[in-house]
Amino acid sequence: MENEQRSGPVTEGEDLIKAKGITKRFGDILANNNVDLVIRQGEIHALLGENGAGKSTLVKILYGVLEPGAGEILWKGKRVSIPNPATARKLGVGMVFQHFSLFEALSVVENIALAMPKSEKIKALSKRITEVSQKYGLPLDPAALVADLPVGIRQRIEIVRCLLQNPSLIIMDEPTSVLTPQEADQLFVTLQRLASEGCAILYISHRLEEVKKICHNATIMRHGRVMGGCDPAVETPASLARMMVGSDVHDISTGATEVRQGDVMLRLRNLSIPSDGAFGIELKDVNLDLRGGEIVAVAGIAANGQSELFDAISGETQVRDAYAVEICGVPVGKRKVNDRRLLGAAFVPEERLGHGAVPGFVLSENILLTRYKTEPSLIRHGMLNQKLATEIEKRITVSYDVRMSHENPEARSLSGGNLQKFVVGRELDRVPKVLVINQPTWGVDAGAAALIRQAIIDLARGGSAVLVISQDLDEIYEISDRIAVIARGDLSMAEPASAMTREKVGLLMAGMGESKSASMALNAGETHAH
Amino acid sequence: MSDLSMIEAVLLTIITASTPLLLAAIGELVVERSGVLNLGVEGMMIVGAVMGFAATQATGSPYIGIVAAMISGVAMSLLFGFLTLNLMSNQVATGLALTILGLGLSGMVGEAFIGQPGISLKPIAIPVLSVIPFIGPLLFNQDVLVYASYGLVIAVYFVLFKSRTGLIIRAVGDNHGSAHSLGYSVIQVRYLAVMFGGACSGLAGAYLSLIYTPQWVEGMTAGRGWIALALVVFASWRPARVLIGAYLFGAVSILQFHAQASGIGLPTQLMSALPYLATIIVLIIISRNKTLAKVNTPACLGKPFVPDR
Repeated sequence: MENEQRSGPVTEGEDLIKAKGITKRFGDILANNNVDLVIRQGEIHALLGENGAGKSTLVKILYGVLEPGAGEILWKGKRVSIPNPATARKLGVGMVFQHFSLFEALSVVENIALAMPKSEKIKALSKRITEVSQKYGLPLDPAALVADLPVGIRQRIEIVRCLLQNPSLIIMDEPTSVLTPQEADQLFVTLQRLASEGCAILYISHRLEEVKKICHNATIMRHGRVMGGCDPAVETPASLARMMVGSDVHDISTGATEVRQGDVMLRLRNLSIPSDGAFGIELKDVNLDLRGGEIVAVAGIAANGQSELFDAISGETQVRDAYAVEICGVPVGKRKVNDRRLLGAAFVPEERLGHGAVPGFVLSENILLTRYKTEPSLIRHGMLNQKLATEIEKRITVSYDVRMSHENPEARSLSGGNLQKFVVGRELDRVPKVLVINQPTWGVDAGAAALIRQAIIDLARGGSAVLVISQDLDEIYEISDRIAVIARGDLSMAEPASAMTREKVGLLMAGMGESKSASMALNAGETHAH
Repeated sequence: MSDLSMIEAVLLTIITASTPLLLAAIGELVVERSGVLNLGVEGMMIVGAVMGFAATQATGSPYIGIVAAMISGVAMSLLFGFLTLNLMSNQVATGLALTILGLGLSGMVGEAFIGQPGISLKPIAIPVLSVIPFIGPLLFNQDVLVYASYGLVIAVYFVLFKSRTGLIIRAVGDNHGSAHSLGYSVIQVRYLAVMFGGACSGLAGAYLSLIYTPQWVEGMTAGRGWIALALVVFASWRPARVLIGAYLFGAVSILQFHAQASGIGLPTQLMSALPYLATIIVLIIISRNKTLAKVNTPACLGKPFVPDR
């Protein structure tokens, strides 16, 4: 993507949609407070804001999923009411949801047929899907079953579904959060092509770099209000973040530049796991030494073995060779999760709701679930010590700034960022000797991400060993001391972050490190202490 | 009696035993495909049976009886729909309550009819086809409800899998949140499906009190509603498999009677358990493909739909 392609703020386009004084209240919370928004034809317009700033509420109102309490919407200068999504689609508004609104049990073409205004023969529709998807570089097999498709392709279905309705405005809610960098670049090409054809795009994203890259205009929201607009091209990610958060996002201090190397706390030796099922990844001879005081990051494109690696270290998957995984010098390959926790390890899985926390349990109960073994006082004579659990819950929610509507709520009632802070805080509160954390800041706003990253760094500087599995390269470079790359189940050697250029990481991510010659070419001119 | 006519007689009783199961199950299949679990099939069925019988006695026409049975089945299902779809009550508990209510209600209404001889529904011979030897009487000299049951299987298959209406029903059953955000009325679709299920259960009840044994006997459904429910699940929500399952169950339950009569040295209890065993085994074998089973199972089955705020 060349920056020159961006054409600056679009001023010549007509106003396509104008929202004036939109107000929406949920109970005591004013989710949208007198919000104004103008989108012109042919512009890519960013909607920025932290989690809970009211972006989703606003776009749901524009798409007719929610009805505004007050305010009006002008479409091409005419006042309209959008009582339901069907009306929105008739006007020419399409939406790609963050959490896909697809039907897993149905085929691609059936999913799309459901969104089309009137009955069209499945055969004819399949043909149109193929045409449109080819035209915009989003190849799709209309007959494929959605349940069998990876997330990147699922997003394509949503986009093609929008495009088939010839929309004048496409709303995209965090479209790149599920994509690899390459897939994201492909998407940007599609978006720019659409904008050049006169279609407006309302783009919601946390990734300020990409907003800067592709958006012509931006509207910033905070606490349900519009804080103003700007041209992202002339801003920096830091200044954008400042506008979103309302204050400077704390720069992360990495502490001492010289990492004091401690003992090996986590050792992987020829860890191999066959893949389970057609979509699983086989881990091949993974080796890693993780020392106290350091943060090692595992970079890689989604679904290249990260979850398999995490499960093998955490003990959700056990391996035949006990010595394949050692925690603090103890071979634990055959031991279960709690045994590994007892040795001082802590694990934060990728999926916070459902895996990291039980949605319907209150926070104190979720604390009990991961800590009843490591803290014997949480169980008294076989009974739960709810009082202690609640005390821990208070401690965590205060020190990790978990915002909630009332004391000790159900996990599912927290927003994504706040739940992530809780799940991370729950483990860090134990001050584990080994922390393994998968996607620490996925879908988390800038403020919360900074807090979590700082907490991880502080833990490592206190002498613990931290393994971070992440797909966010900015994050990896921000916090890690050494970087390894996982590609198709192969883990490259962890090398100092300063020696790993983005190009090198990119090549390794694409699996180029597998062949000897490639890795030799990469290593040429660099010296390593083996 | 020649061997052939003996076989023919047995096959005729198999059709009679299978039809009520098929009618009730094909209706419940549509209900469950829309994401609603109505365990009240037995209750709707027996109310259909007694109301069908009562209307027939009052008017002298079994056809009016059939219509009355359908209407009463729909009425029961509307009660279920109101409780579960509008008031969000628990579908399992409400379905059980509907069955208990139906059994009690039918006993009360039916008290006056106990022992009365009923008016049986006459078969309709299809000209030309019905005189074909052997298969003519079997397939083309049946009553209207048997024809209806075949028609329903075909119709349900085409509507569910070939039409837009069916696509919407399956979509609502698979992911009601997405269906809602696409602008479909989840509640309305489910109401219509639940009513269809009620009508089919009513038909199944009418079959019992107008054809199977043309009289009113308290509790005459004898658990057939539950078998229909189980058939839907074991058939992994596929219409053709429901047809196979219903006929298999009907066939084995009739054949084991004949086997008992002919003095096979097996305990009668085991023989009576055979239809259940045979049906479950066969349907499990048919639906053994795990991915397909997952795709066929309505993901929202039994989950109440609460629209976004």
